[in-house]
Amino acid sequence: MATYTLAKALNDGLRAAMDADPKVLVMGEDVGKLGGVFRVTDGLQKDFGEDRVIDTPLAESGIIGTAIGLAMRGYRPVCEIQFDGFVYPAFDQIVSQLAKMHYRSKGNVALPVTIRIPFGGGIGAVEHHSESPEAYFAHTAGLKVVACSNPADGYHMIKQAVASDDPVIFLEPKRRYWEKAEFDQSDTPQQLHQARVIRPGTDLTIAAYGPMVKVALDAATAAEEDGRQLEVIDLRSLSPLDSDTVLDSVRRTGRLVVVHEAPVTLGLGSELAARVTEQAFYSLEAPVLRVGGFDTPYPPSRLEEDFLPDLDRVLDAVDRSLAF
Amino acid sequence: MTLGDIGVPVVPEPSGGPDLVQLLTPEGERVEHPDYPLDISAEDVRALYRDLVLVRRLDVEATALQRQGELGIWASLLGQEAAQIGSGRALRPGDMAFPSYREHGVAWCKGVQPSELLSLYRGNDFGGWNPAERNLALYSIVIGAQTLHATGYAMGMQRDGGEDAVIAYFGDGASSQGDVNEAFVWASVFNAPVVFFCQNNQWAISEPIEKQSRIPLYQRARGFGFPGVRVDGNDVLACLAATRAALDAARTGQGPTLIEAFTYRMGAHTTSDDPTRYRLASELEIWRLRDPIERVKAYLSRSGQADASFFDSVEEEAVDLAAQVRAACVDMPDPDPLEIFSEVYAEQTPHLTAQRDGYAAYLDSFEEAQH
Ligand SMILES: Cc1ncc(C[n+]2csc(CCOP(=O)(O)OP(=O)(O)O)c2C)c(N)n1
Repeated sequence: MATYTLAKALNDGLRAAMDADPKVLVMGEDVGKLGGVFRVTDGLQKDFGEDRVIDTPLAESGIIGTAIGLAMRGYRPVCEIQFDGFVYPAFDQIVSQLAKMHYRSKGNVALPVTIRIPFGGGIGAVEHHSESPEAYFAHTAGLKVVACSNPADGYHMIKQAVASDDPVIFLEPKRRYWEKAEFDQSDTPQQLHQARVIRPGTDLTIAAYGPMVKVALDAATAAEEDGRQLEVIDLRSLSPLDSDTVLDSVRRTGRLVVVHEAPVTLGLGSELAARVTEQAFYSLEAPVLRVGGFDTPYPPSRLEEDFLPDLDRVLDAVDRSLAF
Repeated sequence: MTLGDIGVPVVPEPSGGPDLVQLLTPEGERVEHPDYPLDISAEDVRALYRDLVLVRRLDVEATALQRQGELGIWASLLGQEAAQIGSGRALRPGDMAFPSYREHGVAWCKGVQPSELLSLYRGNDFGGWNPAERNLALYSIVIGAQTLHATGYAMGMQRDGGEDAVIAYFGDGASSQGDVNEAFVWASVFNAPVVFFCQNNQWAISEPIEKQSRIPLYQRARGFGFPGVRVDGNDVLACLAATRAALDAARTGQGPTLIEAFTYRMGAHTTSDDPTRYRLASELEIWRLRDPIERVKAYLSRSGQADASFFDSVEEEAVDLAAQVRAACVDMPDPDPLEIFSEVYAEQTPHLTAQRDGYAAYLDSFEEAQH
């Protein structure tokens, strides 16, 4: 057992992936000497050289587009998009090219490209630095979308994402980069596309991912003081979405609150609410509630605490659900 | 004040300007160019002629098939045969080509079968060939996207070592796209073994080249740090020689080249387009006199390298090909509806499997209702 920050765990995971497979490349803006603006790629260029850790020109479409070509050639590029709000220049390459190549080629072309995106708010940044673009990508067939929430998952999930033959959008909760936890790198990891019950409970289920997992756990701790046992699920994979784990839980607890930072309209919460309503309607004691960002642009940072779901908004939803 | 007055070179008239590389004049006269010597046998010139005639015939037949409702749409290469055959025949088997959507001549050189080519325009799939087998990527509809793929692929080749190179095809309109400019930056700074082959056919749907560039496109390369050359795109020998030279440079570690094949789109942009709305018939007439096939024919017959029986035999072959293209198209089976669900992922998800099974059962329910 050792203690890691999420950033360090991701760094170790990337390092392990590069060690294991000489075809793994890291590419992006400032990923080399600087080690990325969040230092996730710290020291990789020093150890693996400039041919495998590539400082690219400042052009996102170029990053993903060339990664596609490299992947066609047998490489496994891991692209870093510096901030979530800058993925949009690459959006076309991701949704029109990367996501569809396997399908278009009838399986003849696999594109094992991982796109790491520091996502979400809570760090007081200027605009375009705190977005939650996950629904765009989860809506696109051909992409897989995952979000880690803690160092252990950061370490194992990045290795699994890099090893996957499908393109993976790998979301990293930037406000959790510096949070620490203990884990053992030699532990057998859970499957990449499975959700996990991270706190068992009997009265209500909270499903969250990425930066909101900690908020959900805090809510469960707070609710326990009122004698309520909340079950918390870390979704981990947003596409494919492991709704079975959520359905099992809801069949036991009868209640579901979904928490995410992204605007609720057409977000992951909408999808989960629909699936639970379709498949576990008679188990429900209350409507599925969603706690998420407002349907507004991400606000100036001084207002971000109002925008982001926090402990109180989650507990409020818990109260409303239990009041039914 | 004109553009010339402010020091911006005006885009040259159809002659292509003084820098145009030509080895065969429109009249079919063989000329030399100091930078592009070409030692080519009579047999090889005849083979090029055959290619030109056959791809034009393939194109004509496909256009007819579209008119008859057998194809959803067709992007004709009429007028661009020499650019495609010249460059396509410069490729070695190991060279990888990244086409746009009009490169039927390149596909021909890469051995793509008519049915594999037409299935895209018929709407059966997104291109029937395996890119790894043919060393031809699938057609790219998003303008310019493939130039980055080509560059990345070339970077992969560079890392792997060996003697292969990459060629990326795109249009004059595509030269305005960010992706193309980014590909130039990438290829230049990484010295990637890639040749950018721009078919400047003067039009991007209705927009003339003047809406894309105020300098001749080949001159742009200089700003990115690599050489650019303008060849007569209607001269198959010049296209062959220039592409060969650029590929050789790429192979030997000298990085990218931009080739601007100065040519003309003689037909409509696609079968859905109506060029009479935006272009003058007189322009077309000028370019008809530069027809890429006629000048090779004139050269071959005048120099005694081919006789009437040769031209007749090529014509017969073209008739056979047309029949073959037609049969390949109309005999193509409709795709199975459940193919919608196949190969979305390399590792299929249970969710999609369930959706597929659900749809299969739904389709079956109609069959059952009929019994
Ligand atoms: C990104 C993008 N924008 C617009 C289009 C629609 N479109 C299809 S072809 C075309 C013109 C392309 O002209 P050019 O690059 O010169 O190639 P050409 O068709 O003349 O060979 C346009 C605008 C597209 N396919 N992709």
